[in-house]
Amino acid sequence: MNWSLVFEQLLNGLQFGVMLFLMAAGLTLVFGIMNLVNLAHGSLYMVGAYLAVAGTQWTGSYVAGVLCGFLGTLVVGIAVEVVALRTLYQRDHLDQVLATFGLILFFNELVAMLWGRAALYTSLPAWLQGHVELFSGSRYPVYRLVVIGVGLAVGVLLWYVVAKTRLGMLIRAGASNRTMVAALGVNIRLLYTVVFGFGAALAGLAGLMAGPIYAVQPGMGELILIQVFVVIVIGGIGSIRGAFVGAIIVGIVDTMGRAFLKPLLGHIISPTGAEAAGPALASMLIYLLMATVLAFRPQGLFPAKGS
Amino acid sequence: MRPRALILGGCVLLLLAAPALAALAEQPYYIDLIRRVMIFAIAAVSLNLILGYGGLVSFGHAAYLGVGGYAVGILAFYGMHNGWLQWAVAIGASALVALVIGAISVRTRGIYFIMITLAFTQMLYYLGVSLDVYGGDDGMRLKVKSQFAGLFDLNDPVTFYYLVLVLMLGCMYLVHRLVESRFGMVIRAAKSNEARTRAIGFSPYPYHLAAFVIAGAMCGLAGALLANHTAYIAPAYMDWTRSGEIMFMVILGGMATTPGPALGAFALLMIEDLLAGWTAHWQVILGPLLVLSVLFFKRGLAGLLPGAGKNG
Repeated sequence: MNWSLVFEQLLNGLQFGVMLFLMAAGLTLVFGIMNLVNLAHGSLYMVGAYLAVAGTQWTGSYVAGVLCGFLGTLVVGIAVEVVALRTLYQRDHLDQVLATFGLILFFNELVAMLWGRAALYTSLPAWLQGHVELFSGSRYPVYRLVVIGVGLAVGVLLWYVVAKTRLGMLIRAGASNRTMVAALGVNIRLLYTVVFGFGAALAGLAGLMAGPIYAVQPGMGELILIQVFVVIVIGGIGSIRGAFVGAIIVGIVDTMGRAFLKPLLGHIISPTGAEAAGPALASMLIYLLMATVLAFRPQGLFPAKGS
Repeated sequence: MRPRALILGGCVLLLLAAPALAALAEQPYYIDLIRRVMIFAIAAVSLNLILGYGGLVSFGHAAYLGVGGYAVGILAFYGMHNGWLQWAVAIGASALVALVIGAISVRTRGIYFIMITLAFTQMLYYLGVSLDVYGGDDGMRLKVKSQFAGLFDLNDPVTFYYLVLVLMLGCMYLVHRLVESRFGMVIRAAKSNEARTRAIGFSPYPYHLAAFVIAGAMCGLAGALLANHTAYIAPAYMDWTRSGEIMFMVILGGMATTPGPALGAFALLMIEDLLAGWTAHWQVILGPLLVLSVLFFKRGLAGLLPGAGKNG
């Protein structure tokens, strides 16, 4: 086997994992603190991708597009929280799932009305287009390295905010006892809105970074959302550390499975059998992984403390 | 209870008369539409058993529609058109898949259960997409409908309509009897207070798992019917939005009631049909409607019926 190819796919897996982490971090925070199941998190990812594309087209500047996607998703997220989701915190999970499912239908169709159903493809500015030579004979796209860098930086920033700042202290306090935090004079509604907007912006960031790699189209959010669920179930709900480890595992397992499972099976069983079973098995791999983790640790690898 | 029985009896009579009325109005399309609605009503009735009575929020019920549909499609693909065999395999395969998914997911609760059932259904969806022999992403046509050797002919739309009606009412009766039985009592008890149910000596796990398998098998039958109805089987049967729709039917109609899921299936699919006839962007209206119905219409359609108890 070609080792530089393996290394390349490993980096691709890391890049995918980092994007899953950006999504999972917001989702798990919102669940851990507000006890809200937000299926529409994938829609925010889609909104981020579309706003970035639109911003780039309006202004002609990629950086302006990125800002438009990031800040736009923040605003959309806060609006959704204030208009629809705020009333859902006290409801049971079933109501939350159904209401946010309705929001998904709304957002998918709205995006299709504004930009059409066909996939949009975006181009990167020249300074992000090139390749770098990692070691002799192995070239890797700069953009994917940037995505990995941004994702890891956000991870560190998130850890710093949650563990070391006053806002983070309030977030952790709100997660363990919201009534007590409110009784101590903290504006818990504002805190919830801030956290939700924060999570939405992270989803938007993941979406706008996904734009140039994958196709930007209605429904793009749900494909990644279900994979993010797998990440959260593996990592443990409400735990950012779990979300990070789960995301990297799922990203690498999924990417490596798609790249190498078929040739590997070809060595073990017949090549024609591998041709049929390889892709099927590769697309089921992360779900099988989830089932295995659940069989041994139903609460996930890093369950959040206190819940 | 009397006005309630009158209204529901009227609904059944209306369904019985529908083919004649459609023929009178020369609108055969409505036979097709109502048949489709009733097939989804069977799926919703089966979900109600675990969601409404058992409190297990399964977001993956469309999986069994897919398994049932593919069972019919794959057998027909190899030239086996015997309806009894096809439908028995559809029900058996769905029960088996439900047993495997249930054995893992029923051990968990709340949000985990929602995510896991959703993820497993997505896994089956991708399995369907990767089955190139059976059409992959595009699915396959069902060239010959299930054959019931002269007993009845599914190619006749009216015969097929009445068969689906009978099966729907049968499933509603079966679920009604199940939840009134000792078995159903344990399931309802576990929903209202799991700790006390354990304290009086019942472990809910086998009961939940059995209910999960029964619901899966019943939905597999709906899948076999749907395959014959559309004469087409595709991974889109198992699309996660399908699961969401079936769930909505149960909530809209009224959870844990006998007529609720069927009423919900009629309401949701009729609204969809009306909106789709009016604008191509009907989902932009349906989405907020669904949000509003969850926020303000807690007890569902069955709760509007006279004689509905305080708990719906």
